[in-house]
Amino acid sequence: MDSHTAVAAKPHGAHAHPGYGELRHHFESFDQQKDSATIGMWVFLLTELMFFGGLFLAYFVYRQWYPEAFASASNKTDLWLGAFNTTVLICSSLTMALAVHAASMGKRILLVGFLIATLLLGGAFLGVKAYEYHDKWIHHEVPGEHFECEGCKDEVHTPLFFALYFGMTGLHASHMIIGFGILLVLIWQAWCGKFTTKWYTPIEMFGLYWHFVDIVWIFLFPLLYLIDRTGRTLL
Amino acid sequence: MITATPPPKETKNYLNAEHGLKSWLLTQDHKRIALLYLIAVSAFFVVGGIMAVLIRLELATPAGDLMDSNTYNKVFTMHGVIMIFFFLIPSIPAILGNFLLPLMIGAKDLAFPRINLISWYVYMLGGCFGVFVLLSGGVDTGWTFYTPFSTTYSNGYVVMTAMAAFINGFSSILTGLNFIVTVHRMRAPGLTWFRLPLFVWAHYATSVIMILGTPVIAVTLFLLMLERGLHIGFFDPAYGGDPVLFQHLFWFYSHPAVYIMILPSMGVISEVISTFSSKKPFGYTFIAFSSVAIAVFGFLVWGHHLFVSSQSAYAGMVFSILSYIVAIPSAIKVFNWAATMYKGSVRLEAPMLYALGFIGLFTVGGLTGLFLSAMGLDVHLTDTYFVVAHFHYVMVGGAIMGYQAGIHFWWPKMFGRMYPRAWATVAAALTFVGFNLTFFPQFILGYMGMPRRYHVYPPEFQVFNVLSSAGASVLGLGYLIPAIYLLWSIKNGEIAGPNPWGATGLEWQTASPPPTENFEVTPVVTTEAYDYTALKLTQEVAHVG
Repeated sequence: MDSHTAVAAKPHGAHAHPGYGELRHHFESFDQQKDSATIGMWVFLLTELMFFGGLFLAYFVYRQWYPEAFASASNKTDLWLGAFNTTVLICSSLTMALAVHAASMGKRILLVGFLIATLLLGGAFLGVKAYEYHDKWIHHEVPGEHFECEGCKDEVHTPLFFALYFGMTGLHASHMIIGFGILLVLIWQAWCGKFTTKWYTPIEMFGLYWHFVDIVWIFLFPLLYLIDRTGRTLL
Repeated sequence: MITATPPPKETKNYLNAEHGLKSWLLTQDHKRIALLYLIAVSAFFVVGGIMAVLIRLELATPAGDLMDSNTYNKVFTMHGVIMIFFFLIPSIPAILGNFLLPLMIGAKDLAFPRINLISWYVYMLGGCFGVFVLLSGGVDTGWTFYTPFSTTYSNGYVVMTAMAAFINGFSSILTGLNFIVTVHRMRAPGLTWFRLPLFVWAHYATSVIMILGTPVIAVTLFLLMLERGLHIGFFDPAYGGDPVLFQHLFWFYSHPAVYIMILPSMGVISEVISTFSSKKPFGYTFIAFSSVAIAVFGFLVWGHHLFVSSQSAYAGMVFSILSYIVAIPSAIKVFNWAATMYKGSVRLEAPMLYALGFIGLFTVGGLTGLFLSAMGLDVHLTDTYFVVAHFHYVMVGGAIMGYQAGIHFWWPKMFGRMYPRAWATVAAALTFVGFNLTFFPQFILGYMGMPRRYHVYPPEFQVFNVLSSAGASVLGLGYLIPAIYLLWSIKNGEIAGPNPWGATGLEWQTASPPPTENFEVTPVVTTEAYDYTALKLTQEVAHVG
């Protein structure tokens, strides 16, 4: 083994199941462990970007082809509920960022508080979204056999707008619901004092996820609620 | 020779470190997870293989005498779905990549061992959906799920099949993510990017495709399921949509997916050719970057699947030229492998035979790909057996030959035992002969105009179809024999020792089978990869000692 000189390995025993926040056995240092988590999360967000990307592409293509259908159908979305939800989500991103900061300062109660605030804002968003879906349902604006759209111009292609509306906001909402579940776990762990100033990686990683879901909405809101409210076409 | 030397004393390794079913099903050891994948992927290979047998039996005669057209549609669909999503895509990355990546870079494990295990369970969950479809009557859309047939007219379990592929996709995303982080952050001290084995480069490039491409097929299948299940339409003109959009989204993943299947094989071939020529690969950096180039260009050629799907002629030309460009990095690899063997001391062991088979078959597959990326010629050849022969030359002759080369190369590392080499030589030869006999006639059939996906055909095509079916049985034997002797060797094979082939990688410096922690001491790398002079010195020192 002359081409590969050796350095002493860490002792082998007792790392089958390392405790929470401890160095896992296959890493050499905390830095390496945290770097890995961070890169992993960014790579994951990249896959999420491509995941939503397919829907954005479909939106872009159909909008270019059928601007009239999209213009008249987008007037059916509730601008004020959408705007309210956008505000709610931006606030939740702020509380999440503050939660990460509180974690880095080691302030347990503050951390739990901000996480709960994020949870409540996320819940408010989902509640409003559910109300909007319900509203679409009773107005027969869900694509399918009973689809109707009063005052819509291009009847053949109007359902496409609503299909994309439900596809995009539905995929977004499912990410919110998953985030909601993870938040519940994090709140419990934070309450039990599992996070320290040295190790709060899950909080930080979840923060990245939450901001990503937020940014997706920042794009969805103008595409589905804002553009063409005056009836002018794209480009 | 065979059972003469029992091991003096069982040393601790990853296989005997823990016992019992639970120790396997809850393991976070990348080597054990690789074996879990090996078992599951092999099982799917058998199922997909049975479908292939049925297809070749049916096509032995011009009449539809074994099954009706409906059944035939289901059989070739299941063959495609299983072989692509459940065998080819996970085969080398999830088995050999999982096992070897940490060993090759001197790490104790992948960066995320739990995610690695989860990826196997996700794969199995997708597999459950696949098996459900298989048992409950199948699906007849072809593995491509083209709309509006799949969303409106098909009578099969389209949503279930799409769900199987959808779920399975997340398994490959998790594997790709794990590999990328591992290569970035887990390399041993001194192991710089340009000291990495070419196998690692190939897997890095593959992982990039996995994480960027797979989510797109996931969302496409999600939309397909919405359209089929809830009538929330995107693609069917009856809902106002456009079926060509589905084809674009589908091939945006599914063409790069071809490179997910072939790139890991190319990584294996680079290792095998170098080892059995005892020579540093010619043009290391070129081979490494050609993997990356294939991954990048692979994303820009999907439109060559849509030459006859109302795509504009100008878009067609661009996609045609870009498809030609992919041939350049592929050819760079082939020439470099040939140059590596030139004036090397070539040993014709089984892995090398498979690797040589790979080079020949992949070259034929690649060159016929150029025929198909020429737009004018493609109009004549599209949807014929020429296409079927072309992608089987790449997928079976390329990807699976590479997989077999890899399995034969690293089997002694994985289990510590050598298989009977004479039998391996026979199997490699049978595979090569059987493969060519099966698929070469299909080029001729396709050129003569026989369309794919039909169970009856004009009698004048029978000669070539009989040749193909006969070849398939030889090929089947070529797969069966290794299955038998490899399993046999786990208990009865000759003890292999840490480095039976005289190879250079870090994985050959640890015991066979490796201990759970991979290395007794973390290796420090001080030389370039493939340093055969240093290896020779070590061996001489060991002899003297």
